[in-house]
Amino acid sequence: MKQRKLVGMSTISEDEVARVAALARIDLRPDEITRLAGELDVIVESVAQVSAVAGDAPATSHPLPISNVFRADEPAPALPVAAALGAAPQAEDGRFAVPQILGEE
Amino acid sequence: MAAAPVDLVDFDEAIAKYDPVLGIEVHVELGTRTKMFCAAGVSFGAEPNSETTPVSLGLPGSLPVVNGEAVEYAIRIGLALNCKIAETCRFARKNYFYPDVPKNYQISQYDEPIAYDGYLDVELEDGTVYRVEIERAHMEEDAGKNTHVGGDGGRIHGAAYSLVDYNRAGIPLVEIVTRPITGVGERAPEVARAYVQTLRDIFRALDVSEARMERGNVRADVNLSLRPTPESPLGTRTETKNVNSFRSIEKAVRFEVSRQAAILDAGGTVIQETRHFHEDTGETSSGRVKSDAEDYRYFPEPDLAPVSPSREWVEEIRATLPELPAARRRRLQADWGYSDLEMRDVINADAIDLIETTIAAGTSAAGARKWWMGELARTAKEQDVAIADLAITPVQVAELQQLVDDGKINDKLARQVLAGVLAGEGGPAQVVQDRGLEVVSDDGPLLAAIDEALAAQPDIADKIRGGNLGPVGAIIGAVMKATRGQADAGRVRELVLERVNGS
Repeated sequence: MKQRKLVGMSTISEDEVARVAALARIDLRPDEITRLAGELDVIVESVAQVSAVAGDAPATSHPLPISNVFRADEPAPALPVAAALGAAPQAEDGRFAVPQILGEE
Repeated sequence: MAAAPVDLVDFDEAIAKYDPVLGIEVHVELGTRTKMFCAAGVSFGAEPNSETTPVSLGLPGSLPVVNGEAVEYAIRIGLALNCKIAETCRFARKNYFYPDVPKNYQISQYDEPIAYDGYLDVELEDGTVYRVEIERAHMEEDAGKNTHVGGDGGRIHGAAYSLVDYNRAGIPLVEIVTRPITGVGERAPEVARAYVQTLRDIFRALDVSEARMERGNVRADVNLSLRPTPESPLGTRTETKNVNSFRSIEKAVRFEVSRQAAILDAGGTVIQETRHFHEDTGETSSGRVKSDAEDYRYFPEPDLAPVSPSREWVEEIRATLPELPAARRRRLQADWGYSDLEMRDVINADAIDLIETTIAAGTSAAGARKWWMGELARTAKEQDVAIADLAITPVQVAELQQLVDDGKINDKLARQVLAGVLAGEGGPAQVVQDRGLEVVSDDGPLLAAIDEALAAQPDIADKIRGGNLGPVGAIIGAVMKATRGQADAGRVRELVLERVNGS
């Protein structure tokens, strides 16, 4: 994955915190944004130190040396429709009812 | 909600001023028996939410496991598109919030697609070949299906609420992404269409998908940008989503060329955005402003181990690849001895399989072409149906030609037989019998008709006796008329000459 190169003083701006929070659908108050900008700065600085030591070593996404864990293409029983819909706050015609969606396709 | 009126520049004018650049993303739903990451079945038209598991519903604690068959299909597609197959690759989470993605992320591949750096040669109707560079083909899962309810007629803005069916969530997809397709000029719409059509044919030949556009098995997103000259840097592109028929692909490209040219002509800038295609008007309308990749906060999927196809496995798959449609067409054309033009007509008429089966049933290549590309192609056009949907089978066409070859019917009668078969009167032999169409092979009635014709035009017999064979045709014509076309013209000719000269 693309890695952010952090050289010298990193600065996480309040705008960046607000943007990341919005992407993650986390509702933050202005004072929280200010506080987190500072805290994230410290975290990013710490990670930057690891990066400096690690040099060009590839990032580890999967620590165990396993690959090709496959399943055979054989159907197994599905959840009964009632069970699938069981946890839905609202359902209609065998489908999950969700709130109106705005500004999306 | 109707799209706002848009300024458009005539397509040809736009092309004269700007160089279009295409980019096409095609999603194909794989025809595996189960989903990408769980063992739920995948049947078309199943009751809503009857094909889900905790994995495809994104329930807490559920863990995905990769469908090995889907990986093999993806490799097949990659190889058919002349791609390199990654020695190792990972899945990644693409994060976004939308109810058709119950986990709040889609499992996809990001910087390590399973297949990359390929190409596909695309042949246009006139035989021109464009090479489309393939950047990558990666594995991912499909999303569920939203149905918008309430509001103004079900359109999404103003919809009161939506209903979600997760049967489709988790169906294996392969997404194929081209590099920018340049140098196509006014043929951009054709190239876009032919590219997707060629892919569709390949999916079918590889048997990795039913590849039915109308069912959404194959979906295309068309990127288009304009620039002043082929030397200019790429312009800002728009992405028209989910263009789901071949005709719509052409229309969407034409429309975007005309729309973007109008903006540029007016000194404006094209906004990078997603646009929706409207099947009814052939227009596109603004969707959402395109997110840059960072907005999806991709990161490696920790719940799935990397996929590292061994070189042996890849070679094994390569060895079992079927003949691809383009190669098959070249082989059949050589076998059949059709000209380029004849072959192109056959392909455009979608008659290649029909002709192949007809020939396999014993008809000559010329005979098969004569019927399918003549009478039958015409009938299909008249009835506005696909030629394969006509009420006649290749075996029946072969039987028909056999009747002609055996001298039981002539070509003219064969057309009547064909009409009978198409009208549901049974097979060719049945129609010949029921309609009494067999050629008159008994000389008796023929001689009677000949005598009658000769008696009606006494001077003709003298001319023929004098060595002038020209008027024989007139007698044959009269006999054919008298027998309602059911005479063998060759035999009639022989008999006329015998009658006049002999006995």
